[in-house]
Amino acid sequence: MDFVNPRDFIPSEYKVIRNTDKCIGCRVCERQCANEVHHYDFDLKRMVADEQSCVACNRCVSICPTKALSIELNNYTYTPSANWSRKNINDVFEQAGTGSVLLASMGNPKDYPVYWDKILINASQVTNPSVDPLREPMETRTFLGKKPGKITRDERGNIVNNLTPQLTLDVPIMFSAMSYGSISYNAHESLARAAEALGTYYNTGEGGLHKDFYKFGKNTIVQVASGRFGVHKEYLEQGAAIEIKIGQGAKPGIGGHLPGAKIFGDVSKTRMIPEGVDAISPAPHHDIYSIEDLRQLVFSLKEATDYKKPVMVKIAAVHNVAAIASGVARGGADILVIDGFRGGTGAAPQMIRDNVGIPIELALASVDQRLREEGIRNNVSIVVAGSVRNAGDVVKAVALGADACYIGSSALMALGCHHCRNCHKAKCNWGIATQVPELVKRLNPNVGYKRLVNLVTAWNHEIKEMMGGMGINSLEALRGNRLMLRGVGLNEKELEILGIKHAGE
Amino acid sequence: MKRVYVNEKWCLGCHLCEYYCAFANSGVDDMAKALKNVEINPKIRVEGDNKVSFAVQCRHCDNPLCVKGCISGALTKGDDGIVRVNQDKCVGCFTCVLSCPYGCITPSGTGVIQKCELCTQNGMEPACVQGCPNQAIVYEER
Repeated sequence: MDFVNPRDFIPSEYKVIRNTDKCIGCRVCERQCANEVHHYDFDLKRMVADEQSCVACNRCVSICPTKALSIELNNYTYTPSANWSRKNINDVFEQAGTGSVLLASMGNPKDYPVYWDKILINASQVTNPSVDPLREPMETRTFLGKKPGKITRDERGNIVNNLTPQLTLDVPIMFSAMSYGSISYNAHESLARAAEALGTYYNTGEGGLHKDFYKFGKNTIVQVASGRFGVHKEYLEQGAAIEIKIGQGAKPGIGGHLPGAKIFGDVSKTRMIPEGVDAISPAPHHDIYSIEDLRQLVFSLKEATDYKKPVMVKIAAVHNVAAIASGVARGGADILVIDGFRGGTGAAPQMIRDNVGIPIELALASVDQRLREEGIRNNVSIVVAGSVRNAGDVVKAVALGADACYIGSSALMALGCHHCRNCHKAKCNWGIATQVPELVKRLNPNVGYKRLVNLVTAWNHEIKEMMGGMGINSLEALRGNRLMLRGVGLNEKELEILGIKHAGE
Repeated sequence: MKRVYVNEKWCLGCHLCEYYCAFANSGVDDMAKALKNVEINPKIRVEGDNKVSFAVQCRHCDNPLCVKGCISGALTKGDDGIVRVNQDKCVGCFTCVLSCPYGCITPSGTGVIQKCELCTQNGMEPACVQGCPNQAIVYEER
């Protein structure tokens, strides 16, 4: 029996609603809940629930054969206050009890403006015909990398190929960096196989690359982050591109921490660190304190891979992002990745996830504008991340100036993630953010990769439909085409930063 | 012929296949109505523990020992390869229960035996396969 100090007690956030007329007592909810919420009471001859540890992952709800279950918000209250919300009060209780930093996962859930939802897309009417993507060719292929500033010719006048290495994407969507360790082997396999089938790329994150996945190398972006876990020559050579991670949208300014409990077996081998030892990625790269230092690392990596692969630099969207991006572009990066403050994570201090960084829409618009003004926009391709939720967001991002998008949270949701935001507890009931073998096997990659392919294929159809509606038949013609966007309910300053007009103008 | 195969690698030991089997063979159109307060006696059984588990049901052997041993001619192997039982002919001697190397023939509880007929008698693809949440059991030609 657990005896809880009454000051530590926090009521359960959720209620398990069981329709006893429908429940057949098959106990699948009990077997499938890693949080041990459900159990069968042999005396009462029925299922009962201990809701205290329910995280609303909805595994039981989805798998119940008679659909007898649902999860609802527990409607308890403290004395109501607009300032002291239930969450604020509970956080104080928890920290007073534990003395610990609050941990959180996935993206920022707070009620900050989502600019995607305040931007509307144009369509053709009468005078400028729209294009029917089912009948006419529509190009969504994208090339990422530095574009040459001028055409050079040899003495006979033939064009000399001065193109630096590029990534070729059949769809303007890639899977963002999620490390093996933070997500499971089966989740990685699903992402890798889907990237191959879709003609796009997935990213190893800072966890190294399992040898089993070397065969997906041409669709892999290998990441080099501040902890340098799993980085060796062979690793760099496997990938189609190398990404230097400076920052992550969910937790700008800090590093990472994968608890030792998750580091055993293949995770330890792949990261090249001893079993049971915490993997701590420092906040900064200890060899990067300036743009010149960054340039050194970019060129070290290029040198190590014979100048055959583009080098990407990923930064979190923070206040001076435009100036930083300019430095990165001048630092020799071929592709710049900007990760907005709503981006997901497998674990981050809650205060940082909820309070640090800026929205990706504003960061993207200001970076694209700044690079254009400085005449260096073609030196880098821009990839945006940090909560791209649907094809509409992709189209708006491209029109604001992005070359392509990274998706993380939506990719995991395609694999079954129900966004319960408890990745840091490592008991993911959907087999994604866990290393427990019995949980990992719940994600069969044969099922998972097809769902990812479905998702991205569907988005690509929608992108083509929306482009066709605007009378545009290639992503290239949409890129940076901000006249295709209008804002609703935005103030002058926001419109100025986004570089778009208000609806009706 | 198409058979049900198990991929023990993906079996979660959730036992849902047993319940879908019992429902499919209940003749009732609502799962809750069919199985509420019922102790099921499915034709598929999940073996193993939480770490390694797999579902077992009739393999529809090429040379079925159960058919050979059946004293009343209740068990037959059809042209389609499926081993079926005629419960009207079965005398409940349970020779087949003893001779099946996979333990896939079980007493039905009514004095005769029952076995998997790949849901052909239910006019559908095997219910266990359709209901498996992780494609741990598949119905295919190999």
